Amino acid sequence: MNKIAVFASALLIAFGSIALGQEIKDLRGTPPDAPSVVNMSLQWEGREGRMVRNYRQQPPLIPHSITQYQIDLRTNQCLSCHDWTKAGERNAPTLSMTHYLDRDGTELDHIAGTRYFCNQCHVPQADTDVLVENTFVPSHGE
Amino acid sequence: MTLSDSRRTFLKATAAAATASTAGLSLGAGPADAQFGVPDIKWDKAPCRFCGTGCTVLVGTKEGRVVATQGDPQAEVNRGLNCVKGYFLSKIMYGKDRLTQPLLRMRDGEYAKDGDFQPISWDQAFDIMAEKWKETLRTKGPEGVGMFGSGQWTVWEGYAASKLMKAGFRSNNIDPNARHCMASAVMGFMRSFGVDEPMGCYDDLEAADTFVLWGSNMAEMHPILWSRLTDTRLTKEGCEVHVLSTFEHRSFELADNGMVFTPQTDLAILNYIANHIIQTGSVNEEFLSKHVNITKTATDIGYGLRDEDPLQLAAANPNSGELTPISFTEYAESVKPYTLEYTAEISGVPADKLERLAQQYADPDRKVMSLWTMGFNQHTRGSWVNSLMYNVHLLTGKISEPGNSPFSLTGQPSACGTAREVGTFAHRLPADYVVTNPEHRAKAEKIWKLPEGTIPDKVGFHAVLQNRMLKDGVLNAYWVQCNNNMQAAPNMNEEGWPGYRNPDNFVTVSDPYPTVTAMSADLILPTAMWVEKEGCYGNAERRTQMWRQQVHAPGDAKSDLWQLMEFSKRFTVEEAWGDEFVATAPEMAGKTLYQVLFENGNVDKFPLSEIQHGHPNDDANHFGFYVQKGLFEEYAAFGRGHGHDLAPFERYHEERGLRWPVVDGKETLWRYREGHDPYVEEGSELQFYGFPDKKAKIIFAPYEAPPEMPDDEYNLWFCTGRVLEHWHSGSMTRRVPELHRSFPLAVVYMHPDDAADRDLRHGQEVKVATRRGEITSRISTKGRNKMPKGLVFMPWFDEGQLTNKLTLDATCPLSKQTDFKKCACKVERA
Repeated sequence: MNKIAVFASALLIAFGSIALGQEIKDLRGTPPDAPSVVNMSLQWEGREGRMVRNYRQQPPLIPHSITQYQIDLRTNQCLSCHDWTKAGERNAPTLSMTHYLDRDGTELDHIAGTRYFCNQCHVPQADTDVLVENTFVPSHGE
Repeated sequence: MTLSDSRRTFLKATAAAATASTAGLSLGAGPADAQFGVPDIKWDKAPCRFCGTGCTVLVGTKEGRVVATQGDPQAEVNRGLNCVKGYFLSKIMYGKDRLTQPLLRMRDGEYAKDGDFQPISWDQAFDIMAEKWKETLRTKGPEGVGMFGSGQWTVWEGYAASKLMKAGFRSNNIDPNARHCMASAVMGFMRSFGVDEPMGCYDDLEAADTFVLWGSNMAEMHPILWSRLTDTRLTKEGCEVHVLSTFEHRSFELADNGMVFTPQTDLAILNYIANHIIQTGSVNEEFLSKHVNITKTATDIGYGLRDEDPLQLAAANPNSGELTPISFTEYAESVKPYTLEYTAEISGVPADKLERLAQQYADPDRKVMSLWTMGFNQHTRGSWVNSLMYNVHLLTGKISEPGNSPFSLTGQPSACGTAREVGTFAHRLPADYVVTNPEHRAKAEKIWKLPEGTIPDKVGFHAVLQNRMLKDGVLNAYWVQCNNNMQAAPNMNEEGWPGYRNPDNFVTVSDPYPTVTAMSADLILPTAMWVEKEGCYGNAERRTQMWRQQVHAPGDAKSDLWQLMEFSKRFTVEEAWGDEFVATAPEMAGKTLYQVLFENGNVDKFPLSEIQHGHPNDDANHFGFYVQKGLFEEYAAFGRGHGHDLAPFERYHEERGLRWPVVDGKETLWRYREGHDPYVEEGSELQFYGFPDKKAKIIFAPYEAPPEMPDDEYNLWFCTGRVLEHWHSGSMTRRVPELHRSFPLAVVYMHPDDAADRDLRHGQEVKVATRRGEITSRISTKGRNKMPKGLVFMPWFDEGQLTNKLTLDATCPLSKQTDFKKCACKVERA
């Protein structure tokens, strides 16, 4: 079955459920005027290995906890493993080479100031279920 | 597979491909083809769907679906960068619970307020909706109908909505959610300069020597602007960053001078800086005498609460924005009590830090950019505090030139472009015109080719008032588009929820997803979003940007524009305007609102042949003309020659946006300054032309206490806000698995000592209560925010917790914008 047909049948299933009058749900789980239910815990479990990107331009996700990491005027702890000068010996992925270009495209030997706060783009993942499935399909298929 | 295995397989495959190609054979979709194949993703530009920064992204589509997004290297704003939300834009349209058909609360095949949602057709949806609106118009008149829109509407959606309400239903009961976000900034601009929106632009982020953040956590809320600011701080010698907030957040990581102040005392700190400038002889006297008038504003003006609230009754001058001219000497006397000692005491900020801050503004050799967002705007003295900020820049003349820039940041992608410039507020018309001015109404009626007197002169219900009027049964037919106001508006328990569920009311909500607001409605309309339609947004630096439709919306989902225009077909002018008014304009008799508003020779002027080949345009094809261009060009007629000039429509599809006014094809980077702004007369250097005498206003306002402060029972300050990973109510970002997992639920940030005093541990489940309700959450004594004792911070993105059950609906009495940053709460073990 080709990809379009797979997608079309997925749509039929998704829309069919509404057409049959199945109850629609928000992400809350209880009515807006009912008390909130907080059943999720705050576990930031480290995942083994790197996570596959959805598309080439996606910033890689962080497969480890960063709770204790310091990034400020004094230091950027991420760079102590991921800077090009350290990545080899630390067996860590090197920063993308785009991170060594300033706003005008000039090549630098140190990380560009625009890229200094890593956590603007790179985030760790909590070990928790999605609230609702996402039907995004990457260009290279599932 | 080990690395060496992988490498061996790869080498074998490439060797085979090389052999095959030498032999003139094709191996088909083999490894080489996959690696070197023809690019099959089509890329096109669009502004980001989220905040007011207005980054441009490239959207990759394939087989009718978005498959990737990336920062646009050609965009001036972001030069190829995005924040984590922007990088995941590709997934926001693909939550499995996208709404694809209208849903009505029904019982036994009929509409029922207490019924369950059942799918119906668009025809049935508009039937019941039109029935309810007509009934309300008959019994209550135009005051009984209303609309709540958005700074996320495209420019033409907001324009069509405003026109439909103000001219079609002859009701000014339309307001955008930007009221919660930007109204105080608007009031500040209008009172100090007579024209809305910043004089400077993002280029100031590279030009300034000192950056001061006032109630703005740019590191999380405007990450791309923060990355530009960070770059300047790290690469420019002597550059300093000062950060003020009521708690320590991520922006403090870059601060040379971080200051945590007691809530509301920003009013005192700004007056102290003015006093410091005067006392140290640092006033730019020539600038002041040539370009500035000095005034003071009426005080003791209440808190925008219901009229019968004791705090409103106690106010001497409720809601008064009256300005009285004063001399420089009087002004100097007014700020004199704000000494360093007094201000340090009231604000809790050490004196040396305050003085260091004041010196940045006083030193004539330092270029200063001040940046603010919700800390200033969501403030019961929001209009005052915006003007106090301008006072400091006007005293020193540090304004309207590269690097000297008081800069109000926006939270929504088109808060400026749509809500403010189009004027979708209850008191506004396009291009800073207002409904209370007869000349402005006449201008609008002329452009719209409508009879004199069509637009009512009475200011409509603003956002907070709309919820109150729904609750009171005054506003009965209500339409919410492009926002999630049940989750976003203050005091949900006492106003929002009882308002929507009032049996007298029929509430329609248009949204792509089943949000809390949609679930609180009576009718839900499935809505196309972002690149499922052609659009236009305006960002915080006056940059207007457009995008083409790139994919089709799922199922029967339709754009807000389609919905507004289709609904207008359901009404004759007699039904909407009443026979009496139609009698004054007999040529309109018997026509539909659609005919008089949209088939008026302007909106339907441009044929389908002008739409871009190779791109779908479902809205234009449906109506049979280039509807987006027609609406844009009609709208642009308001601002051209009036300081709000926009370029011709097509130009925006070619550019990564242009900053208005665009005159003779050139954008304007710094307004009011000769050489930059074409509206400034030759030889005058600088003209604040928003006022007839071309002078800006210093507006003195004192410190006044907020309406609700911690006491013995509710013993903590309660402050709400946002996080980097989610955008506003999370209706898009929480449906992206990676963003959800990066910040899965809202927490209450608290100082460890406050937690210990309450016998609480990090991560524990807690009850947070105010006088208006209680919710369950978890506390965090670690993490990205470091709280001072006595104040807790809670983001509001999590619909599982509904933070706004707790907030107080007190507003700035002038701007009517809610203060979401200050009320009193208590926290206990759940």
